Parts: sequence; structure tokens; C-alpha cells
Amino acid sequence: MDLDVAILSRLQFAFTVSFHIIFPSITIGLATLIAIWEGLWLKTHNPYYLQLAKFWIKPFAITFGMGVVSGIVLSYEFGTNFSEFSEITGAVLGPLMAYEVLTAFFMEAGFLGVMLFGWQRVGRKLHFLSTVVVMVGTWFSAFWIIVANSWMQTPTGHKIVDGKFEVESWMAVIFNPSMPYRLSHMVVASLITATFVVAGISAYYLLKKQHLPFAKKGLSMCMWFALVLTPLQTWIGDMHGLNVQEHQPTKLAAMEGIWHEKETNVPLVLFAMPNMETESNDYQIGIPNLGSLILTHSWDGEVQGLKAVPPEDRPYVPLVFWSFRVMVGIGVGMLGIAALALLLRRKDRLFENKPFLALVTLFTPSGVIAVLAGWYVVEIGRQPWIVYNLVRTADIVSPLPAERVLFTFIMFVIIYSLLFVVYLYFMGKLIRKGPPTMATLENQLIGMKAPGYALAWVKTLQNKEAQNNERQPTEQGVA
Amino acid sequence: MDLAFFYFLVLGFAIFMYVLLDGFDLGIGILFPWFDQAGEKDHLMRSISHVWDGNETWLVFGGVILFAAFPAAYAGITSTFYLPIMLMLFALIFRGVAFEYRFKSDTSRPYWDFAFSAGSAIAAFCQGMLLGAVVQGVPEGSNSLSSLHWLTPFSVVTGFAVMAGYALLAACYLFMKSRGRVQKHAAKLGKHLLIITLFAMVVVSLWTVIGQAEIRERWFTDYNFLLLSPLPILTIIVGVLAWKGLDAHDENDQTKNHESRPFWYSAALFLLGFAGLIIGLFPYLIPRQLTFWQAASPDSSLLFLLPGVCIFVPLICAYTIWGYRVFAGKVEDYQEGY
Ligand code: HDD
Ligand code: HEM
Ligand code: HEM
Repeated sequence: MDLDVAILSRLQFAFTVSFHIIFPSITIGLATLIAIWEGLWLKTHNPYYLQLAKFWIKPFAITFGMGVVSGIVLSYEFGTNFSEFSEITGAVLGPLMAYEVLTAFFMEAGFLGVMLFGWQRVGRKLHFLSTVVVMVGTWFSAFWIIVANSWMQTPTGHKIVDGKFEVESWMAVIFNPSMPYRLSHMVVASLITATFVVAGISAYYLLKKQHLPFAKKGLSMCMWFALVLTPLQTWIGDMHGLNVQEHQPTKLAAMEGIWHEKETNVPLVLFAMPNMETESNDYQIGIPNLGSLILTHSWDGEVQGLKAVPPEDRPYVPLVFWSFRVMVGIGVGMLGIAALALLLRRKDRLFENKPFLALVTLFTPSGVIAVLAGWYVVEIGRQPWIVYNLVRTADIVSPLPAERVLFTFIMFVIIYSLLFVVYLYFMGKLIRKGPPTMATLENQLIGMKAPGYALAWVKTLQNKEAQNNERQPTEQGVA
Repeated sequence: MDLAFFYFLVLGFAIFMYVLLDGFDLGIGILFPWFDQAGEKDHLMRSISHVWDGNETWLVFGGVILFAAFPAAYAGITSTFYLPIMLMLFALIFRGVAFEYRFKSDTSRPYWDFAFSAGSAIAAFCQGMLLGAVVQGVPEGSNSLSSLHWLTPFSVVTGFAVMAGYALLAACYLFMKSRGRVQKHAAKLGKHLLIITLFAMVVVSLWTVIGQAEIRERWFTDYNFLLLSPLPILTIIVGVLAWKGLDAHDENDQTKNHESRPFWYSAALFLLGFAGLIIGLFPYLIPRQLTFWQAASPDSSLLFLLPGVCIFVPLICAYTIWGYRVFAGKVEDYQEGY
């Protein structure tokens, strides 16, 4: 068998980075939600917010742990597998990643200990501050790594000296043309991912008629968030697409399945099997002219197709094409759910409509899938370039013996599959266990030396319980 | 001062901080099998579960400083030592996730105990081997990527030496953070480990001096040895002090005890060893092939990162200390926190 180091190294990198991004896309959003709940609790003294924060901090902790261990691998993999690449781009990417460690990773790690274990050790305000710092840390980390990635997509601000990149203007490197779009799209994607995870689990509890007040609060809040975030994401995504069209026309052509060198009256292709050999789409179903309308914002706007560049400069079209449809499909589905939720809410049936709750439960992992699909569009669509139009991926791989990379790749597949099963198992366990009871929380509060709180606590609790009982007399038998 | 030299110092600082901080928490994993009474393993885990993540971040920092300031060295070192680095990363994955899953498991707890202690031990061993391989030097030429030159008797010895050193740090850390049986046991183990570590330092030093002509010259030409002699002398003094600290423990009169001293003495031991290493290797990042001046990034990059390092490294140290102080005192044996 003929093994190719380049292919193996790329597969291994693709596999490990795909595994990694699953966890940040949840933690960035979840840290934000937890900070919001904790803040609301401090402000309103409503114990259900504390319950939400205290419950979700556990899934957050295990997800964060997975993010950390898989991330450390990546920061070394640049050198182990792409030594040539790190040597020629180190002067640009290195400082960006160093800033990520300095401004984000240390902050997250330094305050995480207090956030998780410090409830009884520091005051409430200081604890809240720690949560906020962890949240800000995850955002900063997204910022720097997206800057690095966006520079590889749309490089600016550099010059090449003796085959190595040097920076002429850091402002141009950081604020490269695609960074603002990619960053906002990614951060909103994480918020959406976490929102749908929380909504999905809450809907599951409602279906099972467990922990009702807790689940209602969670679902209701998340559906409001979704109502704001999903249209926002669609809009950002559209802008992002226009940006791709300007800077990486070949990628855009692959996303849309456009082959002719120049095409006007572009249809919006809903289904097709892009065929790299015949350089055309098989079984195409599309809506005439809608493509032009979306991409150029004019009825018969002209778009550059794949044939404008030689075959060796094209990415693998079917994967880009289909990943893009998966992401957009999920995005449209999420929009639909958010709209449906508004409708049901107005009829006061948000918490009772079974098919809706089942649908939301089904959408629990949808954010993660959309994030992965989105990254595949970005990364595979960029090929065969690693630094767009400047450096080819095939040229920068470490000249390692292929068996060695095959060995580590197989190890990664085994270890990560195992870990993923374990992760899902423990998530399931936490979800089955459910949120801490009010009595537990109250006990912990006493531990937090909070005399004023106890009273407010009992009052709100009685109010809520009374309201719930009024509206749903059937609930009583369940608890 | 020239920029490349400044980053060489930053790199040294990052590596030392990593070795010291993650050293004691990897060491806890190495000591795991020696604490087998009910609840003792929980106690050990609890003593570090709030700090391990921050400690490991120094490893990431070391990696990216090398990447940012000396890309050629980063590329060379990481790809030549592909297997030991990957092995270390696999081991770190297992021990890292064990923190989260161990406390949430019922039936699978023994597996997590094993993942934690084996993962810690292997990670420490790999780091020791990397150290040994760097000291020995890398054979020139591109086919070095396909050889196993990092696997030699010397690097195996340094692997075990680093394991012993980390375990020593951990024993001293436990001596400081626990009471009763755990503390007594830690003191006993600590004394054994102190002997082993000092012995390993002697063996590794002699082996290096005998095996590496360049390093021998640096130590023994002219009056160099006289100038450098404080290093071995201080090592002996610090070793004796650490022994005394671990030995002079009085259960009945707490005021007499200086429970944190042994930890700081062993930290000093590491610092001295580290200084010896730098004296042997300076100014090379890859011995006899690549100096830090040759590997340095262009000034535009080094200058860009300069304010970041100058502002954030002190800040990080400050809130790391704060974090340790929040959890100051003995480790309590009840489920705290989230
Ligand atoms: C947009 C978000 C995002 C993306 C695209 C990436 N990461 Fe990440 N990473 C995070 C967001 C994040 C995070 C939210 O900050 C994490 C997740 C959980 C955590 O602990 O921090 C993290 C953790 C994390 C860690 C551990 C930090 C620690 O020790 O605390 C490292 C070393 C990396 N990442 C490195 C990388 C590299 C080299 C990437 C690219 C190839 C990468 N990450 C992509
Ligand atoms: C986190 C979400 C990401 C995902 C899911 C992802 C996915 C992928 C995939 C699938 C490939 C393989 C493409 C191919 O070879 O056909 C790839 C390549 C690559 N990506 Fe990403 N990527 C992500 C983020 C990043 C970031 C933030 C960076 C850098 C700062 C990065 C740097 C690279 C590099 C260096 C390669 C080269 C290896 C190769 O081309 O195979 N990626 N990525
Ligand atoms: C429904 C409308 C959406 C549109 C029009 C859209 C558009 C786009 C486009 C054009 C890209 C590729 C950018 C490039 O190649 O450089 C992209 C990437 C991406 N998309 Fe979407 N998207 C949508 C929904 C979503 C949703 C719902 C999510 C996740 C919850 C998501 C997550 C991502 C991610 C993570 C990336 C890769 C990183 C980035 O470029 O920010 N997208 N999207």
C-alpha cells in the first residue's frame, strides 16, 4: 500500500480540529448564558436563575475540559505535522497565537478554578466576576484564533522575504478583509449552539414532565434568544457570502455549484451532485435567477464559476457544496423553530405542544453540526491553498515517515471516539440527574452567609409555585 | 538588550514555570498508587483540581512562544520529536479528562484512577526523554525525521529522573496541603524521592559531562569550574535543607512546623538543575545546529509581541497567585463547589 504523508497529516489535522471545535462552540455560548443567569440571579434574587446556572455549570465543566485537552494537541500539531508551514508563517501566526494564550487561555484557566470550586470561598460579586472573566476569555480566544485563520484565508499586510512571511502592518494582518465577518458569524454560531443545547434539554424535561419550572424558564429564555440570534446569523451569513465572493470566488463557485467561467442568471441550486469529471452538476434542481439575486443583489448579476481556474486550483466541490447546504438548512430550520415558538407563545402553548417540544429536542446537537459544516465550507473550500493563493497545502507538510503519522492518526481516532462516547455518557448522566433541588441550593446559600437572601428566596419560591399550580393543576401529581 | 535574547529568557521562564507548576500536579498522578486508603485518592485529586488547567496552560505558552519568536526551532524540534511529543499529548488527554469524569463516576472510578496516574507518569517520562534527547543533540540531516535517535539509554534515564523530580515536588506539595496520615506518608515518600532525585541529578550531570565534549569544555576549561562551582554546592545545601524540612515534623507543636519550606527547596533544586542545563546549551535551541539568534523571528514580529509579554505575564502571575490564595490552607475533604 502506498501511503502519502501529506494526505495522512491533513486527515489527522482535520480530524483533531473537528473534534476540538465541537467543544468551544458549546463553551463560548454556555459561558455567556451562565454569566447571564448568574447576573440575573444577583439582580432579581429569583432562585430559578441560580438553579439554571448551577445546573448548566456541570455540563459546562466537562465540555470545557474536553476543549482544553483537545486544544493543546492542536497547538503542537502545527509544528509536528506542518513543520514547513510553521517555519514560513511563524512570524505572522505565532504572535497571534501567543496573544491568544496571554489574553485568553490564562484568563480562562486562572478564573475557572474559582468559577467551579469557589462558590464558598469568595463573595457572590467576586464569583460573578470570575464567571464573567471566563466568558470574556472564551471570546478573546475566538477572536485571536479567527484572526489567524482569516489571515490564511485572505492574507494582507505581509511581505515575503527569502520564502518566509514577514509582517509589514499588523493592523492589516489583524483586520484582514474576511475577519470581521468570520468572527461575528462564529461567535453568534456559538451563542446559537448553546442556546439550542439548553432549549433542547429543557424541552426534553418538559416532554418527560420533569423539573417543570426550571425547564420552562430555560426554554422560554432560549427561544427569545433564538428569535434574536437566528435572523442575525442569517444576515451575517449573507454578508459573509458576499465577502467570500469578492476574495475567494473559486470557493463561492464550489459552494453554489457554479461551473461556467462566467454565469449570469445564476439559479439557486437546491439539490445537485456536483461532478468533478464532467465539470457540471448531475440531477440539478434549482430556482432560476434566485442565485444571482442573493449573490449580487441584482436579478441577472454575473458570477465567476469554477472553470475560471485550472482543475488543480479547485477544491473538492461536492463536500463544499453539501456542507454549505447542511449549514444553511439547519440555519433555516432554526429560524423556523424560533418563529414557531413565538407563535405558540402568543397562544400560550409553548410548553405543551408535544410535536414542537420533540422538534426542539431533536435540534439539541444541530448547532454543533452546523458549526462543523460551516468550517468544512471554509477550510475545504480554501484548498488546495493553505495560505490563499500563496502557499499550497501539499508543499508544507513535515517529511515524516508515513507509517508514523498513520499510527498517531489511528491512535487519535481510537482515543477521541472513546472520549466522545464517555462525554456523551456523562452528559446523559447529568441530564438524567437533573438540576439541584431548591433545598440543596438553599443549603448552599446558607453556606454562602446570606441572611438577606433567605427571605427573598422563600418569597419568590412561594410565589412561583403558587402561579404554577394555578395554571397547571395537573402538575401536582407528577413531582 | 537584544530582542532575541529577551525572548530566550521568556521561553526559559515559561518552561521553568511549566516544570514547576505542572510538575507538582503530574507528580500527584505519579504518587497515586502509593495512596490507597479510603478517600486518599479523592484527597489528592481535590488538592489540584482547581489549578491543573492553569498549570498546563504554561505548556501551551511555552509552545507558542517558541512558535512566535523562534519558528525555525519550533518547526525543527516538534517535527523531529514527533513520537515522544504525540505520546505526551495522548497521555495528557487521559489525565486531563480524568479530573472531570472521576468525581462523576461510580463504577468506572478505577479506570479513571488508572487513566490519571498512568497518563501523568507517561507524560512526565516523555518530557524527561525530550530533555535528554535535546541535551544529546539531534543528528544533522533530513533523514533524522525518520530515525529514533531520541530513544537512547541516556534519554530513558532522564525520563525516569524527571518522573522522580516531579514526584518529589508533589510529595512536598502534599506535605504542605494536607494533614494527618496523608501528610506523614508524603513526608516519608518525599525523603526517598529526594535521595533519588539528587542521585539522578548526579548521574545525569556526570553522564553529560563525560559524553558531551562541548559541555565538558564549557565546565572545565580555564577557571570556569571555579566560577560555576556555586551551582553544585548550592544544590547540596538546598537538598539538605529540604530533607530537614521533611524530617522535622512535629505533630504536637504546629507552631514549629514550616510545612511549605520543603516545597520551595525542591523548587530551588529544579531551578539549579535548569540553570545547569542552560549553561550547557547556551546559546543553542537545537544543540550545535540552531542558536536562538538564527531561529529568531523578524523584529516586526518580536516587537509586536513585546507589549503583550510585558503587560500580561506579570498580570498572569498576579492572578495566578490570587487563585492559589483563594484556595489557601489545607485541602478540605468535602465536596466543594459546583
Ligand atoms: C472560535 C473558537 C475556537 C477555535 C476556532 C479554536 N479554538 Fe481552541 N479553544 C477555544 C476556542 C477556539 C476556547 C473556547 O477558548 C477553548 C475551548 C474550551 C477551552 O477550554 O477553551 C479552547 C481551548 C484551546 C486550547 C487549550 C487552552 C487551555 O489550556 O486552557 C488550545 C491550546 C487551543 N484551544 C488551541 C487551538 C488551535 C491551535 C486552534 C486552531 C487550529 C483552535 N484552538 C481552534
Ligand atoms: C475550529 C474549526 C475548524 C475546523 C472544523 C477546521 C477544519 C479543517 C479541515 C476539515 C481541514 C482539512 C482541509 C483539507 O485538507 O481538505 C483543515 C485544514 C487546516 N486548517 Fe482548519 N479548521 C478549523 C479551524 C482552523 C483554524 C482556526 C486554523 C488556524 C488558525 C486552522 C488551520 C488549518 C490548517 C493549518 C490546515 C492545514 C491542513 C490541511 O489543509 O489539511 N483551522 N481544517
Ligand atoms: C442560514 C443562513 C446562513 C448563511 C447564509 C451562512 C453563510 C455562511 C458562509 C457563506 C460561510 C462561509 C464563509 C467562508 O467560506 O469563508 C459560513 C461559514 C460558517 N457558518 Fe454559516 N451561514 C448560515 C447559518 C449558520 C448557522 C445557523 C451556523 C451555526 C450555528 C453557522 C455556522 C458557521 C460556521 C461556524 C462557519 C465557519 C466559520 C466562519 O466562517 O465564521 N452558519 N456561513
